[in-house]
Amino acid sequence: MSSRRDFMGKALGGFTAVGGIAALYAMKRSWDPLPSVKAAGFTTIDVGPAQENVLVVEKWRGKPIFILKQSKDMLKDLKEDDMKRLLKIGDAHYMVTVGLCTHLGCIPGYDPESHGFLCACHGGMYDSSANVTKAPPPRGLDIPPFKIDGTKLVLGEQGPEYEKMLADGTTLPV
Amino acid sequence: MAHFDENAKPFSHKWLDERLAVDTLDRVLSTEYWIPKNINFLWAMGMILAATFGLLLVSGIFLLMYYQPNTATAFDSVNYTIMSEVGYGWLWRHIHGVGASVVFLIIYIHMFTGIYYGSYKRGRELIWLSGMLLFVTFSAEAFSGYMLPWGQMSYWAGMVITNLFSGGSLHANGLVEWIRGDYVPGQAFLNRFFMLHVLLLPLAIIGLIVLHFGTLRIPHVNNQDGEEFDFEEAARLYKEGNVKESKVIPFKPVFLSKDVFVMGVYFIAFFYLVFYHFEFAMDPVNFDPANGLKTPTHIYPEWYFLWSYEILRPFSTNIGLIAFAIAQVIFLTLPFLDRSPNVAPASRRGAFKYWFWFMLLDMIVLTFMGKLPPQGIWSTVGLIAALIFMALWIALPFITKNEKKL
Amino acid sequence: MKELKIFGIVIVFTLVLYWGVEPFAHSQMHKHVEGDGFAYSDLKAVTVKGDAKRGETLAAACIGCHSIEAKSMPAPMNAVASAEAYGVNPPDLSMAGALLDEKYLTHFLLNPAEVTKSKHFAMPPSAGSEQDAADIVAYLQSFAPKEVKPKEAYEFACGRCHANRYGNWTQIGDVPKTKSNIKTGVDLDALKFQGNLGIYQNKLADYMGKLPPDLSIIIRARSEHFLETLIEDPQSQLPGTAMPRVGVTKEGFEKVREYLEETGDPSKPARESIGKWVILFFVGFTILAFFWKKEKWHGHH
Repeated sequence: MSSRRDFMGKALGGFTAVGGIAALYAMKRSWDPLPSVKAAGFTTIDVGPAQENVLVVEKWRGKPIFILKQSKDMLKDLKEDDMKRLLKIGDAHYMVTVGLCTHLGCIPGYDPESHGFLCACHGGMYDSSANVTKAPPPRGLDIPPFKIDGTKLVLGEQGPEYEKMLADGTTLPV
Repeated sequence: MAHFDENAKPFSHKWLDERLAVDTLDRVLSTEYWIPKNINFLWAMGMILAATFGLLLVSGIFLLMYYQPNTATAFDSVNYTIMSEVGYGWLWRHIHGVGASVVFLIIYIHMFTGIYYGSYKRGRELIWLSGMLLFVTFSAEAFSGYMLPWGQMSYWAGMVITNLFSGGSLHANGLVEWIRGDYVPGQAFLNRFFMLHVLLLPLAIIGLIVLHFGTLRIPHVNNQDGEEFDFEEAARLYKEGNVKESKVIPFKPVFLSKDVFVMGVYFIAFFYLVFYHFEFAMDPVNFDPANGLKTPTHIYPEWYFLWSYEILRPFSTNIGLIAFAIAQVIFLTLPFLDRSPNVAPASRRGAFKYWFWFMLLDMIVLTFMGKLPPQGIWSTVGLIAALIFMALWIALPFITKNEKKL
Repeated sequence: MKELKIFGIVIVFTLVLYWGVEPFAHSQMHKHVEGDGFAYSDLKAVTVKGDAKRGETLAAACIGCHSIEAKSMPAPMNAVASAEAYGVNPPDLSMAGALLDEKYLTHFLLNPAEVTKSKHFAMPPSAGSEQDAADIVAYLQSFAPKEVKPKEAYEFACGRCHANRYGNWTQIGDVPKTKSNIKTGVDLDALKFQGNLGIYQNKLADYMGKLPPDLSIIIRARSEHFLETLIEDPQSQLPGTAMPRVGVTKEGFEKVREYLEETGDPSKPARESIGKWVILFFVGFTILAFFWKKEKWHGHH
């Protein structure tokens, strides 16, 4: 008798828990980024007017985006691994990265004299391809998903060049 | 110094009991909290109210994540962001809107159950008083929440109700502007009502709920016959295994099992309303954005305020305000105006039986009239119903004084 | 059983209360308007048969003000300039033949002010005879699309007077995607668009007497019956309104309604599909709770 009583109570409790899980799912969905936030995740940038060795800052998904057109001087200091990080648009090479230090997310500053980035927060340094040259950052600045469209870059879309970078580990997904 | 067993494993039952007295708590608050056996489903309304308050709280938390208390963006944050962008945002809003309306239906059922069975006297006065205070704070909570979507009804309800405080000399003191923080309901008004709705009033409600439960513990809940009996004796019988002879049941699990069943029935109806029949709780007029230069053709409060609104309406400003003020607080005085010592269902209490049903019907008539346009025959009916309401309260001490002792 | 009797009393009082504050109160507050099913019965039947070929020649007069994109005929002026000239932007006629009632349109061409029931309607009478009117109608129908999208129906029938911000629509078109200057935060293109929209809205408000309301969420603010009878004949619901009778067909109204539901009540399909399951869940819950209660109360009476 008493075991049967327990059974009904447990059955009711279990059934209620199923409903609770469904409610938790709805709550989880309510925390998701809104569709309008996701839809605004695309930015088109024209790199045509960029000048060599002048850092251009744009904004994508609320984050700063660094664009740096490479000069001949800068290119000759770069190794093969660094070269893989650059985007070739027309005849020119561009560094396009998210301008947040891969250590803890501060914005590094660019020094046109030394062709390098310095993050003032914890002293991390990067070369002109934004590859890391001094710890603590674990890796070079991340490259945002991009698609090349003439002299324009569509950030947020994944073009074949970006997919190749992901595949060979040049950058991590953002 | 209490005794602590050094060998008790941390967070084991014994360990917790020594530190928190969980066994005692469980006994006092649930397994040996005795409820009379002679009850019906109306005794479950308290738990239903608690559950509905829980739903309002949870849905409110999710609405709060996206609501913007700003006169320029409030309307769209509710009607666009929450209703069409947030995952299941529409669900929270519908639960919140329907819950806010239905909670008052249950409050009224709960209240009239108490009046019918005389559960407000002979030791139960504080239950009644704390319950009525809860009614008043719930009313304020509902009103402040109604401001937030900043639709036409929000704005004009805010305008009209705050103008209640402009009667007579209050006007000269600038009380209305002080309440609003502006000449009209504006940004300051919306912000302060937002604060009231999401912080101060919920805190007060939670405090009052605890008090309401507390007042219940010593006098125990009433029963269908108003019978007074020795709870200790009945509890002893129950614990000895004479569950059939004992007049009581423990709150957990016996009373609770009935509560949960009634709650299930209630939730079926509640969620039917949430998904398929919500217009009564989400007035279409409030889907027009607030416009300070255009009053809607028909304005009326939500249904649960209609009876007191109608007591205000048929009179000239000052008399109406006094009548309205009396209507707001008169139910608090019920334990003291009822002069009869009888705790029994109204059906056995002679003249009080008629008083009960007249009061209920009169309040329903007032509710109907409160929504109708104040014209022609409806005004007259409203006036008569308001006068009957007053007369019933004046008559109450006299008819109960002469009531035969049972 | 006593408890069921008490339950019955509570239900009866609840339903009476509901009836009084909802159906009864609303029946007293709003007059009942009988719809005409978009038959436009007040207009005489058209007896002549239209000739699309002749209509094409006659329609040369139309394109002085209207565009017909389906025929690659551009508008003579943009929306803002049109509003400055006429008070409102004349519609593109590509879909007129698909969305407007044939009888209505024929009479409309003969006497726009009378047929729209709008005294100061901007368009002058544009057909000399019933035959001319029927010919133009036949021409407009000859290239009308078979299927009209909900948003297109809204743009044609409502959208030049009524914005719909939840649908990203303004009286002069969709709000364009623009970008602000990274250094100053100023979005010049957006400001220009807002400026143009402002000019248009001011002109429109002069023409109509006030700015017609945004219809983003009108589907929740008015009943479907109200919207249907209002669009069929604005004077029936809002006597004296400046809103013209548009003359849409029943199908045209359906398309407009669909669009209003998309912008104003997009959760409706989700509500209806999830609702069933939630209610079913609580039916199961109640059944289990009933048996639990039965077990717990066993031997108590």
